[in-house]
Amino acid sequence: MIRACFKLTRPEFTLDVDTQLPGQGVTALFGPSGSGKTTLLRCIAGLERASGSLHVDGVVWQDENTFLPVHRRPLGYVFQEASLFPHLSVRANLEYGYKRIPPVERRVQLEQVVDWLGLGQLIGRGDPAELSGGERQRVAIGRALLASPRILMMDEPLSALDTASKQDIIPYLERLHHELSIPLLYVTHALDEVVRLADHLVLLQQGRVIASGPLGETLARLDLPTAHFDDAGVVIEAVVAQHDEAYHLTRLEFSGGSLWVGRVYQPPGSHVRTRVLARDVSIATTAPQGSSISNILAARISEIRDEGADKTLVRMTLGNEHVLLSRITRRSCDLLDLFVGRHVFAQVKSVVLTT
Amino acid sequence: MDSAFSAADLSAIWLTFKLATVVTFILLLIGTPMAWWLARTRSGWKGAIGALVALPIVLPPTVIGFYLLVMMGPDGPIGHLTQSLGMGLLPFTFTGLVIASVFYSLPFVVQPLQNAFESIPERALETAATLRATTLDTFFSVVLPLAKPGFLTAAVLGFAHTVGEFGVVLMIGGNIPEQTRVVSVQIYDHVEAMEYGSAHWLSAGMVVFSFVVLLLLYTFNPTGRRK
Repeated sequence: MIRACFKLTRPEFTLDVDTQLPGQGVTALFGPSGSGKTTLLRCIAGLERASGSLHVDGVVWQDENTFLPVHRRPLGYVFQEASLFPHLSVRANLEYGYKRIPPVERRVQLEQVVDWLGLGQLIGRGDPAELSGGERQRVAIGRALLASPRILMMDEPLSALDTASKQDIIPYLERLHHELSIPLLYVTHALDEVVRLADHLVLLQQGRVIASGPLGETLARLDLPTAHFDDAGVVIEAVVAQHDEAYHLTRLEFSGGSLWVGRVYQPPGSHVRTRVLARDVSIATTAPQGSSISNILAARISEIRDEGADKTLVRMTLGNEHVLLSRITRRSCDLLDLFVGRHVFAQVKSVVLTT
Repeated sequence: MDSAFSAADLSAIWLTFKLATVVTFILLLIGTPMAWWLARTRSGWKGAIGALVALPIVLPPTVIGFYLLVMMGPDGPIGHLTQSLGMGLLPFTFTGLVIASVFYSLPFVVQPLQNAFESIPERALETAATLRATTLDTFFSVVLPLAKPGFLTAAVLGFAHTVGEFGVVLMIGGNIPEQTRVVSVQIYDHVEAMEYGSAHWLSAGMVVFSFVVLLLLYTFNPTGRRK
């Protein structure tokens, strides 16, 4: 567990954070530019000196009397641009941190990292400048991992890459998510990266943490700015239940019901993460008959919040733990006489698979 | 026509080589931290120190020589110090010449180093720190290799510029064989004595030497070739 308490004042910006981050899984630090997410990450790494305190797994990294210098913090840091050392070969880059920790503290080996990140073709290359942007970033991630960090930090690692390179590298990040037992702090301003990778979401705005919680729960909150994004929606972790070969569909099951989606190429029992956007969910007060929409879930309204002059956001619970958001017109909300506690039917027009 | 080089000429060449080598070595030692500070500091003193270091570029060497002579003289602060340490007075000695040359050639070493350090992105240093490298380790494993072209330029310019000094030597060193009589002074002597042949040999030697040094520098220094 990471406990961070920082105050930093700059001419145009103030960071004022007192928060706890989980000691495992992927935590996304998310917010618009200037919200302080990178500054917070740099403070945790010790690259920026703020007043305050920082405890990582009970160890003091910073307090009134202590400021552990960066090189004594067992962390891995991946910058926005890959920043490989231009005077070193790919292999020497990978081994830079590895060589600098005592052999007994080395918990990650070169072969593992080469396997996880698909570096087999790259490791023999001499000049890192000859690698593509995505390849360089993979080497940088490998280099950070080889320093056997207790925390891995990434500062918008994909934002300098083109879309194709991004698509190439995300599966590697997802793989790391499964392979690593250490927490990953991931700074981004891209919601699609958050929903693919994160378990925990920390929302920053103007140098403050405005929300922090499990991804699904936090994205389903109507009081946060994320609810007003055009692609606002919820994340549902589901299990592949059944394939329908005749119609090329797959049924996903979760505790709130089940969803039919386009054929998924994973065997039954696999875990998948899906995303249901608020704009793709409509509401009916009676069970719809003769609808082309096959995903209709019984739900109960738990919150209603107007959004601007014409729209309303409705939050519904499915079963015990799952929720859906629906964005409808304010007029529909009044015509249907929706109120908190009312039982309704949520019609899900489309489901986005993120894995 | 005289023989190529007289014994006095050879002695002057050897002295010049010795002086330039010692001065270059000292300048790399003190110039590196100065250039590092100038490249990385956010202090308000940066401008003033930078200007001070650059002064020898614009000042006539005689002015530098004159003030050093006054300071190292019997009534100057450095003169007081060296006398109380039992070292005697520095003007008209090899040591005095070394000190004067260090001042005179300082900017030619500090500025290329400063440029080289400034072109190393802060990110490279931060990256090294996140990979467990101490500041000193980072200096040797990242800064030095990346600044290698700058060091080469600095060493060559420092050496060549010291070889080429004349005004400072005359003011502070005089013309003492095997002590302070360097090549440029020797040429001056030859011309004074109307020995144009000998002056030619030494002068042409200087031209060739300087050209070859700069040619090697511009041909082999990888500055700007890196992406």
